[in-house]
Amino acid sequence: MNAPVSFPSSGSGQAQLERLVVIGNGMAGCRAVEEVLARDPARYAVTIFGAEPRVNYNRIMLSPVLAGEKTFEDIVINGPEWYEDNGITLVSGDPVVAIDRAGQTVVTRSGRTEAYDRLLIATGSDPFIIPVPGHDLPGVVTFRDLDDVDRMLAAAENGGSAVVIGGGLLGLEAAHGLALRGMQVTVVHLMPTLMERQLDEAAGYLLKSELERRGQTIVTGGDTAEILGTDGHVTGVKLKDGREFPADIVVMAVGIRPATTLARAAGLEVERGIVVDDHMVTSDPAIMAVGECVQHRGTCYGLVAPLWDMCRSLADHAVGSPSGYAGSVTSTKLKVSGIDLFSAGDFSGGDGAEDIVMRDAARGIYKRVIVKDDRLVGAVLYGDTADGAWYFDLLKKGEDVSSIREALIFGQAFAAGGAGGGALANPNAAVAALSDDAEICGCNGVSKGKVVATIQQGACSLDAVRSQCKASASCGSCTGLVESLLALTLGDEVQSGPKSLCKCTSFTHDDVRRLILEKDLKAIPQVMQELHWTTPHGCASCRPALNYYLLCAWPGEYEDEQHSRFVNERMHANIQKDGTYSVVPRMWGGLTNPTELRAIADVVEKYNAPMVKVTGGQRLDIFGIKKEDLPAVWADLNAAGMVSGHAYGKSLRTVKTCVGSEWCRFGTQDSTGLGVKIERMTWGSWMPHKFKIAVSGCPRNCAEATIKDFGVVCVDSGYELHVGGNGGIKVRATDLLCKVETEDEAMEVCSAFIQLYREQAHYLERTAPWIERVGLESVKSALFDQPETVATLAARFRHSQQFMQSDPWAERAAGRDAELHQHMAEVRPFPTNVQQMEFAK
Amino acid sequence: MIGDWLDIGPVSQISPGNARTLPVRGGEEIAVFHTLDNRFFALVNRCPHKAGPLSQGIVHGDVVTCPLHAWNISLKTGKALGDDDGCVPTIPLRVDAGRIYLLREAVLGGGTPPAKVA
Repeated sequence: MNAPVSFPSSGSGQAQLERLVVIGNGMAGCRAVEEVLARDPARYAVTIFGAEPRVNYNRIMLSPVLAGEKTFEDIVINGPEWYEDNGITLVSGDPVVAIDRAGQTVVTRSGRTEAYDRLLIATGSDPFIIPVPGHDLPGVVTFRDLDDVDRMLAAAENGGSAVVIGGGLLGLEAAHGLALRGMQVTVVHLMPTLMERQLDEAAGYLLKSELERRGQTIVTGGDTAEILGTDGHVTGVKLKDGREFPADIVVMAVGIRPATTLARAAGLEVERGIVVDDHMVTSDPAIMAVGECVQHRGTCYGLVAPLWDMCRSLADHAVGSPSGYAGSVTSTKLKVSGIDLFSAGDFSGGDGAEDIVMRDAARGIYKRVIVKDDRLVGAVLYGDTADGAWYFDLLKKGEDVSSIREALIFGQAFAAGGAGGGALANPNAAVAALSDDAEICGCNGVSKGKVVATIQQGACSLDAVRSQCKASASCGSCTGLVESLLALTLGDEVQSGPKSLCKCTSFTHDDVRRLILEKDLKAIPQVMQELHWTTPHGCASCRPALNYYLLCAWPGEYEDEQHSRFVNERMHANIQKDGTYSVVPRMWGGLTNPTELRAIADVVEKYNAPMVKVTGGQRLDIFGIKKEDLPAVWADLNAAGMVSGHAYGKSLRTVKTCVGSEWCRFGTQDSTGLGVKIERMTWGSWMPHKFKIAVSGCPRNCAEATIKDFGVVCVDSGYELHVGGNGGIKVRATDLLCKVETEDEAMEVCSAFIQLYREQAHYLERTAPWIERVGLESVKSALFDQPETVATLAARFRHSQQFMQSDPWAERAAGRDAELHQHMAEVRPFPTNVQQMEFAK
Repeated sequence: MIGDWLDIGPVSQISPGNARTLPVRGGEEIAVFHTLDNRFFALVNRCPHKAGPLSQGIVHGDVVTCPLHAWNISLKTGKALGDDDGCVPTIPLRVDAGRIYLLREAVLGGGTPPAKVA
């Protein structure tokens, strides 16, 4: 059907009717006409112009057509008979190319002129094409109309590979369809989260895992550099980081833009979309506009539901009984079979907004609702969307949910009973209503009756219940139920357990560390899902802790999350009160030489550092460096052979030494040499907190080894090893751990002790409080009860160090993470009030 | 309308969970934030407590924790949260077709619209 087709009107007496001309034969244009006809079928003579050579079909159902679940005939909304029956003239395949507002006519590509009394623009939107090299190669398609689907189906017939650029709703539906048609699919998405406009990080992570499980390759944070081709056809996609993916077809689904060319050329007010009022009237009173091409109250919509609302108010206005459109709240469902995903409203939170999160790792469920001023304002559901419609209804109606607040996250079945003041509004009451044989803990097969009996026999805390009947002791997903049973059985006598890691979880530091290993958890969003975090993205307490725990548990495997680190560790320097940084290069064992001193002196002069200070850890601290200058400072220091001193880190700081037997008349061993060796062995290691070491050459202890985390005091017969000292707020002298005879033994015990501390202490717990918490005996016993433990722990430390001992300064000086140091741009106002932007690079 | 908004470049130049800075000659430096759920905010880069650079803090939800003394500042309103009291000016921001725009008069006026528009 390539020729223009028209269905001549059969109506009579048209001359008296007002002429309504519609540009756009899509969902919005036809729906608007339907609404007008339903109100007053005799008011207008209607002519519809369509660019596509076919009748009106349901564009959002193209995904099921691609996936083979529907045919084109299934998705036709209005066939030829609809136009005929309603006296509508359809001009398809001959798009309108100009609007003459003064003469009130439109002109088509073939030169046809049509006069109007009222004009309706429903041109929809155009897919956005990223203008990378190769974007115009044959084999690069968008996903917008049936022709695109036909092109994709033709490509899929030969199998092979497809790359979909864009991991939004449309891109993922295209990827799903192509995968079902037998292609090997890669999705390249610019953002780190799939469907980031509809999903938060947690739901996006679950979606990504599921798509990967189905065999798709999902590349997030992938920035397309170029579409590759040979012999005039696409062969692959190259990313800016150099990765390449083969492709026999590339689907560009990165977004849409309102199609406003016609309206703009006609001089209508156009911003992002064609500006309309609440009656869908443009800046020209004779011209209305509707659908994805419009901008209403500052918003452009790309979903179908707002379109129905717009068409209603447009029709009300067109027949002379205006009602007004107040904007729409939208919801999203992904049309990928087997994946239940729903999102609605606003999850941006803000003042007074409260997140309620429920996770069920065993069933792969994540639910998050956002409540503000006693109203539901947003919802994200993954894995179980049964309550999506209910939440959406609450959201649209703006109902007061305060009476069902407690049970809201459990869904309509729990909460609706309470909407009228029923007993189920309280989750405790819901648990009370369970029968005695109802299973509480699926992992360990514990019934409600058993849990209650355990509590009645004296288990007064969650921990006691966990240890005595094993309920909630494994995956923890029934923790909430057990807590309810404790409250129901004991009332106020429930004893709170040990402090949880932070307010985002009921698990303690120890629980989290144990479960990371047991459940093989290797990413922060995975920990949060599997351990039922109650917030979507954690907080400033748990993110750095989890980052450390994962780093410690999976050396070499876990990818460090820079944005989950405190500023000093992210910037590899110490932030000062004025926002500048201080820089401390490593001086092994407190030794230095003329080259290093010259390099430091040069840096101080070159970057105008206002102060240099000798630190308590025997090195030099250069103050007042700007974040932009840090990489250059490091490059200069690196050139003199110096590396990061980690003076900023929860990590090994310094190894302080005295001069020892080489120079000192009292020295018993080579304490300086041993200090250097220990520092070479331990530098770069990330720890729960900062960690200081000292080696003194005799019991006079000039290196102050007995207030360090690990201290060596040399004596005639060997080496005394001390632990748990602290010179900070609360001074604590070390405990003697053991005595060894050789340097090698001292270093081996040092490694083992550090590794034990790394694996056992809570994040931000220094060795002193850790040892006071667990007891020195427990540390000794963990190290020395079994003869091979020291060697095993030391080996684990050495393994971990393989991945830690690369100088972070050198990496930054070479350009890594440059965006952390550079300004994104600079604003330079001129007196004429014209501003110029200076972009970095 | 474009004239009212300053284009400060593509969204891809700030990775999620991070912030970047935008010095303004003769004005206050601005911090532009990208949250983990892919929203963008801009504030004057100065904590109301002791003027810490908020751009260097940990971002969680729509809150940034100041790197100096761990005050929590709402990215949406600029207000200090919890028991702390204070407020930093916000800069209206919008994202369009993958680029970030800041309201020009707020950029030049230190986050509050200037009394007189020149």
